[in-house]
Amino acid sequence: MKLSRSLILDMSAGPVFHVALLFSAFLLFRGHNAPGGGFIGGLVAGAALVLRYVAGGADEVHRTVRVAPELMLGLGLALAVLTGVAPWLVGDQFLESAKLSVDLPLLGTVKTTTALPFDIGVYFVVVGLVLAVLRTIGGEE
Amino acid sequence: MIGLLLLYGGVALLGPALSRRLGARVLFLCLVPHIATLAYLVSAWPRVAGGRSIAESHEWVPALSLGVDLRLDAFGLLMAGIISGIGVAVFFYARWYFAGRSDLGLFAGVITVFAGSMVGVVMADNLLLLYVFWELTSVTSYLLIGIDHQKGAARAAALKALLITGMGGLVMLGGFVLVGRAAGTFSLSGILATPPSGATTTVGIGLVLVGAFTKSAQVPFHSWLPGAMAAPTPVSAYLHSATMVKAGVYLIARLAPVFATVVWFWRPVVLAAGVATMLVGGYRALRETDLKLLLAYGTVSQLGLMVVLVGAGYPDLTFAGAALILAHSLFKAVLFMVVGIVDHAAHTRDLRRLHGLGRRMPLVFAVSVVAVASMVGLPAALGFLAKEAAYEALLHSGNPVVTAAVVVGSALTFAYGARFLWGAFADKPVRKEDDVALEVAAPSPAIVLPSVVLSILTLVLGVAPALGGKLVTSAATAVGRTTELPKLVLWHGFTPALGLSGLAIAVGVALFLRRGSVDRLQSRLALPAGLTTPYEHALSLLNRVADRSTGVMQNGSLPIYVGVILLTVVLLPTWRLATDGRLPSRIEFADSPVQALVALVVVAAAIGCARARRRFVAVLLLGAVGFAVAVLFIMQGAPDLALTQLLVETLALVIFVLVLRHLPEQFPRRSSRLATGLRLGVAGGVGVFVTAFAIIAAGSRTHPSAGDGLVERALPDGGGRNVVNVILTDFRAFDTVGEITVLTVAALGIIGLLLARADGGEGEEPGK
Repeated sequence: MKLSRSLILDMSAGPVFHVALLFSAFLLFRGHNAPGGGFIGGLVAGAALVLRYVAGGADEVHRTVRVAPELMLGLGLALAVLTGVAPWLVGDQFLESAKLSVDLPLLGTVKTTTALPFDIGVYFVVVGLVLAVLRTIGGEE
Repeated sequence: MIGLLLLYGGVALLGPALSRRLGARVLFLCLVPHIATLAYLVSAWPRVAGGRSIAESHEWVPALSLGVDLRLDAFGLLMAGIISGIGVAVFFYARWYFAGRSDLGLFAGVITVFAGSMVGVVMADNLLLLYVFWELTSVTSYLLIGIDHQKGAARAAALKALLITGMGGLVMLGGFVLVGRAAGTFSLSGILATPPSGATTTVGIGLVLVGAFTKSAQVPFHSWLPGAMAAPTPVSAYLHSATMVKAGVYLIARLAPVFATVVWFWRPVVLAAGVATMLVGGYRALRETDLKLLLAYGTVSQLGLMVVLVGAGYPDLTFAGAALILAHSLFKAVLFMVVGIVDHAAHTRDLRRLHGLGRRMPLVFAVSVVAVASMVGLPAALGFLAKEAAYEALLHSGNPVVTAAVVVGSALTFAYGARFLWGAFADKPVRKEDDVALEVAAPSPAIVLPSVVLSILTLVLGVAPALGGKLVTSAATAVGRTTELPKLVLWHGFTPALGLSGLAIAVGVALFLRRGSVDRLQSRLALPAGLTTPYEHALSLLNRVADRSTGVMQNGSLPIYVGVILLTVVLLPTWRLATDGRLPSRIEFADSPVQALVALVVVAAAIGCARARRRFVAVLLLGAVGFAVAVLFIMQGAPDLALTQLLVETLALVIFVLVLRHLPEQFPRRSSRLATGLRLGVAGGVGVFVTAFAIIAAGSRTHPSAGDGLVERALPDGGGRNVVNVILTDFRAFDTVGEITVLTVAALGIIGLLLARADGGEGEEPGK
């Protein structure tokens, strides 16, 4: 069935999409200390992509995200696993986490842990999954 | 030593990456680890000569007593020298054999992995490590036989080799475990120093022998080796004559001096297998018309002879066996390389069609003569020294029947050696329709060079026995732990051994001259064509059983799958619950009236979902169940969980709607009352069970909750205040790795399935 397009949806999908993406990144980074994290952040970003899809169809999603879902899935998984393997280099166990404290301009001292890159990997896997679904199941007949 | 193995691995990874740019020259890169190995062996020689050894150990999986324990003694050095030395020759040859091809990345990588694994086999001092390398050689052999994977015959041959050697390898692993348990150690040198005995050891050694027999193509497991000739010639020259097939001989040689006396059946079984292999191989080699198959059966025959020599466990026979291993590697690699050259030049390997090549490529003919002379044991070639040593030792400590069999085997060897030379090079009449009017291009000097070098080596070692003698003596000393060994001697005088040599050659000459009669006799004795071999029989049986059981287990009915799974979930734990479960003293049904209200919404939506006639309504109601559950999570103070639940429900709803586009609007009408009743029964059972389980489980806590500890440790250990996320990304991060792997696999599955169904090219790359 072909949905007729709605002007309001068309116009609002773009801005909402970007705000939602920003919000998903916010959830991702604050996840260690407040509700959020890679899974939730990835799901929000996925929902944002679904919004794009509802407004403009599969083509709109293609135009928005040019990365192939396979690549995003692979990169996410690789990032998570590499974060897990990295402690071996300093003689620690697989996936052992370490606390980091980085001085950044503008932001000041940022405290985080090595769990963050792991969570970013999770985020990309979830987004990759949604992308894969939209591009295949959501593709045109 | 481990550095060498890592070098092989590193080059194997690098090779494919560079193969596009380098073309066939990538094989020069693959020479690097061989040359490094040779250099190392030369430098190590003073330390291992005379039966000493160098050991080296690295921890790997201590819990399984699996360590990278490497040990190099003179026998290992001889084998590693063959692997890397013949490797240099064959890789150099392959560079010209494959000249002009740019798709050699896979070949170069796999054959380098093979070479490294083979070096690992002969250096491993831990049975489990040896097994790992052993199987690596089987797998790489599979990939190399099937390297022309467009050809069905190559794939079938590769599979056959893998199934037979892989089956043997598994049996051997069982044997290793038994022997290792009996000895209390998996160290090869430890087991040989203080050998275990008893029933466990006897069975274990029997299993190990099966593995060695399959790998070294001993009767009745020999049929994979001729099939493996589907591989490109460099692979046949390297894996299936010079190196891999000698792994079984190597293992038998290692174990024989000790276990030939400990295990009662060792000598009868090993000698019988060796003799049978030697004779069957020689007999078949006389019949083949494809030069490569002729050589393959010749290899089978020679492997049988090697097993006879090293398998008896007597030092002088082991000595002759070590000499034969060296001689065989040199001459058989040359012969295979020659077949490749002839095949390239004349575009056939059929000896009924080849003629007159001897005049057109005299150099190739010359190296072949040297190689065949070594194979049949003519003086001045290394093979003669090995044969003489073998006869001396057999007359001294061998069984007369075995000695007679070796003479027969040698006569056959002479006959098929002569047949090879005659078939490939002689001027002979050919049938008109077979005459290919051979437009033979002269081979480039570079492709002949390795054969020339190896042939010169055969001659030099054959004329100056002292050169190779020291290496072979040290190798036999290392294996047999004795210094009372004969020497390689060019001229023993007129001894009985020389007489046996002469007898074998005389019979061989007669067999060759009367080849017409031999052919007729063989074709009369031949089994009818089309007879199913045991291998094919076993394979088709396996397929039939698999078909049948799949038909029963995977009948394709979704209701039956779900029904079986749900019934299992209900019935198995219910049995435990009924016997051990206790109801808690007080059951709280709801914390607040609002909670009860939300729960009612969940129940109502679930019932509505089950009763819905239209799919779309069912999906919406299912979503309502999910959202209401999310509300329950929020009321329990689990914002993370609620957030995840809401998002997943939203996405699931969208995906459902996308799928619904392809389905009819309504569910199909229920077929019968019985089916409906069954469904209701299963569903009701699950509902009752889950409720009961939740109540009973809540009342059965015997240990304090794990949650409190996690909450306490979240900030100090995990560095985060959100316990849920610290668990996901830190405490139980390994679980998360598993989950995202599943997500990735599922996503790739969706992409694969749906794009495969869509029209090939268009759906291939939707983004571009």
